[in-house]
Amino acid sequence: MSSSIKIPATPELHYLLRLSDTCLILGQRLGEWCGHAPILEEDIALSNMALDLIGQSRALLTLAGQRSGEGYDEDQLAFLRDEIDYRNPTLAELPRGDFAFTVLRNVILSTWLKLMWERLHDSSDAELAAIAGKALKEARYHQQHAADWAVRLGDGTDESRRRCEAALATLWLYTPELFEDDAVDAAATAAGLGPAWSQLREPWLAEISEILGEATLAIPGEAAFRSSGKRGLHSEHMGYLLVEMQYLQRSYPGGAW
Amino acid sequence: MTVAAAARTESAWAALKEVLDPEVPALSVVDLGLVREVIEHDDGLEIVLTPTYSGCPATEVITRSVLDAIDAAGLGPARVTMRRAPAWSSDWISAEGGRKLLEYGIAPPGPVLVDGAVPIRIVGRRQAAVPCPRCGSARTERLSAFGSTACKSLHRCLDCREPFEHFKPI
Repeated sequence: MSSSIKIPATPELHYLLRLSDTCLILGQRLGEWCGHAPILEEDIALSNMALDLIGQSRALLTLAGQRSGEGYDEDQLAFLRDEIDYRNPTLAELPRGDFAFTVLRNVILSTWLKLMWERLHDSSDAELAAIAGKALKEARYHQQHAADWAVRLGDGTDESRRRCEAALATLWLYTPELFEDDAVDAAATAAGLGPAWSQLREPWLAEISEILGEATLAIPGEAAFRSSGKRGLHSEHMGYLLVEMQYLQRSYPGGAW
Repeated sequence: MTVAAAARTESAWAALKEVLDPEVPALSVVDLGLVREVIEHDDGLEIVLTPTYSGCPATEVITRSVLDAIDAAGLGPARVTMRRAPAWSSDWISAEGGRKLLEYGIAPPGPVLVDGAVPIRIVGRRQAAVPCPRCGSARTERLSAFGSTACKSLHRCLDCREPFEHFKPI
């Protein structure tokens, strides 16, 4: 049971895993703030958002397990894959950084997820559409919260602004991956499963521009660098994250409580 | 449906009205609108639940409590199924549920505003004041968008100075 499971290379399954893993890994990163956030209210907020994300990921992983034809359950998929079989975009796995970094990543990803859930609500897969209907309400709340903080910090003190600018400069390098299509997107759109990721770019940029504009933060230019987490090629940070996340199931196979 | 089956589902609803939510123990799972249907099958009852939040840690406990209550009422066998769509809404909380929340000291949710195309509001956004569940004052402020559980936010009354929780409208 503690040995790794392998994932069939079907595009529909990869489409689901890209989304489930974005929620799972971002949820893991937000959970790291528990006990460390700058104020108690944010400690609670980040833990709450982590719970929502992990809940969404559980639903998606259960669905992916059913669609995989291998009979995997959510726990096996969450804890027993090798790094290359996690399909989240690299942005989600970057270390949590300072509070500005976490806030701005949440702005970027909650906006992206909200737009994704809106479209998945019309998925040809009824179960995926149902998960999206629920998650959409949660993502809206996350986005509003992150946007409030972005404005407060970006249009705040010299120090908070400096930290926001530094965070955004790093985060922005990883955003093109959120809008690039490949064979997985082509198969998903053909099957009516969900949108090609490129379709999210325009509405995402419009909302991000509004938030960053109000936060008096400039949108960085596009760099040549391309990240590739959604194809299984992750940053050096992913292995450390997985070691911590998988430890219990690897050491105590099938452990439950 | 036979008379016996109708009586059985009715008894099941009555039993479920006694199953309290573990995180808001003033309300039953029926008050909260979590129980969508009770269906009589040849092989037993099916209780259809819709969870509130994706990550709500109480979901498993609620499933167990529901089955325990059906057993205690001698109405088993029964099974619980989860129905995700349509997604749970705080509009499903019964009028009685709203009253119980208020008595318990939690400000009940207002109606959910037009679902769907609600744009994010950053400029000039004013939170509608949530009336204080203790003194009724409308002079309150939100302290935190997130509270002790996924379904609540934290507020403070500017008149009686008491902090209180608000059940988020979603």
